[in-house]
Amino acid sequence: MDNVIEVRNLTKRFGSFTAVDAISFEVPKGEIFGFLGANGAGKTTAIRMLCGLSFPTEGSGTVAGFDIMTQGEQIKRHIGYMSQRFSLYGDLTVFENMQLFGGIYGMSEKQIAARAAELLEKVQFSGHRNDLVGSLPLGWKQKLAFLVATVHNPEIVFLDEPTGGVDPITRRQFWTMIREAASSGTTIFVTTHYMDEAGYCNRVSIMMDGRIKALDTPSVLMKEYKAESMNEVFVKLCR
Amino acid sequence: MQIRLSAFIRKEMLHILRDKRTMLVVLVIPVMLILLFGFTVTTDVNNINVAVCAPNRCHAVSESVNRLVFSSYFRFKGYVDAADIDMTLRTGKAAAVVVFAADYATSGLFQLILDGADVNTASTSQAYLQHVILGEKARQSLFEMHQLYNPQMKSAFNFVPGIMGMIFLLICAMMTSVSIVKEKEVGTMEVLLVSPVKPAYIIISKMVPYLLLSCIDLATILLLARFVLDVPLAGGVWGIVGISVLYLVLSLALGMMVSNMARSQIVALLISAMVMMMPVLFFSGLMFPIENLPWALRWISYVIPARWYIDAMRKLMIEGVAFIGVMLEFGILLGQTLLLIAVSTKKFNDRLE
Repeated sequence: MDNVIEVRNLTKRFGSFTAVDAISFEVPKGEIFGFLGANGAGKTTAIRMLCGLSFPTEGSGTVAGFDIMTQGEQIKRHIGYMSQRFSLYGDLTVFENMQLFGGIYGMSEKQIAARAAELLEKVQFSGHRNDLVGSLPLGWKQKLAFLVATVHNPEIVFLDEPTGGVDPITRRQFWTMIREAASSGTTIFVTTHYMDEAGYCNRVSIMMDGRIKALDTPSVLMKEYKAESMNEVFVKLCR
Repeated sequence: MQIRLSAFIRKEMLHILRDKRTMLVVLVIPVMLILLFGFTVTTDVNNINVAVCAPNRCHAVSESVNRLVFSSYFRFKGYVDAADIDMTLRTGKAAAVVVFAADYATSGLFQLILDGADVNTASTSQAYLQHVILGEKARQSLFEMHQLYNPQMKSAFNFVPGIMGMIFLLICAMMTSVSIVKEKEVGTMEVLLVSPVKPAYIIISKMVPYLLLSCIDLATILLLARFVLDVPLAGGVWGIVGISVLYLVLSLALGMMVSNMARSQIVALLISAMVMMMPVLFFSGLMFPIENLPWALRWISYVIPARWYIDAMRKLMIEGVAFIGVMLEFGILLGQTLLLIAVSTKKFNDRLE
């Protein structure tokens, strides 16, 4: 199988502090890869390196077939990113946000209009095309942020805690969207705090103090740690 | 794959258009400031209350007093006794008292007593009073004074260039820096940085709409100055526009500098106000003549762009110097602009790491 992400001994140091300590893994195309870890475990730093936002201190790797050391600009063109914080423009409408990000990725007005219609149709939100994003409830904002992150059909989407502060029903809908995107071949790289969500992932890695402590499918991990749920796996690992 | 800059500029335009309050501020404040400074905040001498003390009200005295009465600059407040002069000034009944010598008809001696609590008015009205009272005789005095370029000493002439120097800094520098910092604060900058947008695009698209806005302001101010305040724009409009646009670009670059330093909108505002507005007020010659500053402060004023801009604008608008005459100022502003752009682009790129 093709790996769309491959990293070897990826390390990031800030002065004497090692935020990410020689992590290695690969993610095949179309997988939902859960990137778990406690706060401050180094998840965000790792994601930033994968997205071409910061240079690794050591190690090597490729994302979407491009070298993370030298081809950051190429990587940026082939990924989508949804940040921890809500980050669409509240004073622009749903469609204008899509227009902006479509434009950033070089789509034509026509392509954008067609793609926006398709995406909004899928989540039954076409009627709100011209609503200001700032006026929408949080759950919808998060779903929209995901749609906007995928407006240009990226190979990989990085989701940094996409479901923070969202109610359980919306979270479930959100994961349905993610799985749909994955089934059409988009690779999903997602971090989360909610261990029940780990069950939606094909494979998960659990990071602690800058290192990956465990990496496998949720069912294998539960067996290995003799746990009933991913929550238990996490707690056992943390001890 | 071509990233479309237009998509980006459209977004910035929408931000501004949707923010009605800010747009109102940006378009209305300059008009208000110009009119305010032009009409009310003025050092022009008009309707100064003047009392007269004349122990001997001879023909010569009443002739002089008549000129006073019919002068539009003064309001004649009647005769007072020598003993009451102090009270007249203290109570504010009059701001100046003219004391005629008893032998005024032959000696022509008179004394002006002025309320020095307001130095500006006192010194201006002193000159006016002298002129009015002497009348014909003023021409026979030892030297003759001519004030060129602004013979009526209208303060609007002085203020308009100064206000322009201030407003453009306010709109371009403050607004752009706040709008860049806002994206950092809200978190949208992060998403932009993950996208393939080049930093230059982010910056250009921030600058263009504010440049357009301030060009509208430039046009409004020039129209108001010319047709409402009667400022002559003597040196030709194109020179004025040319150097103003350069100054706009410089202000935009300053705004970028500030956005590099600030992490929150409040800080950006504070830096804009403290680091940029204060020097404009003190070192640009807007309020105090630069020549009066101690040498250390005068040296500081040399690095303040507004000082050169305001100097050039005074020359162009009021003295009627041709554009060639402000080449020094233009050159300095150009140099400062290039330097600022170079430094802030470099810093902006570094911050992405």
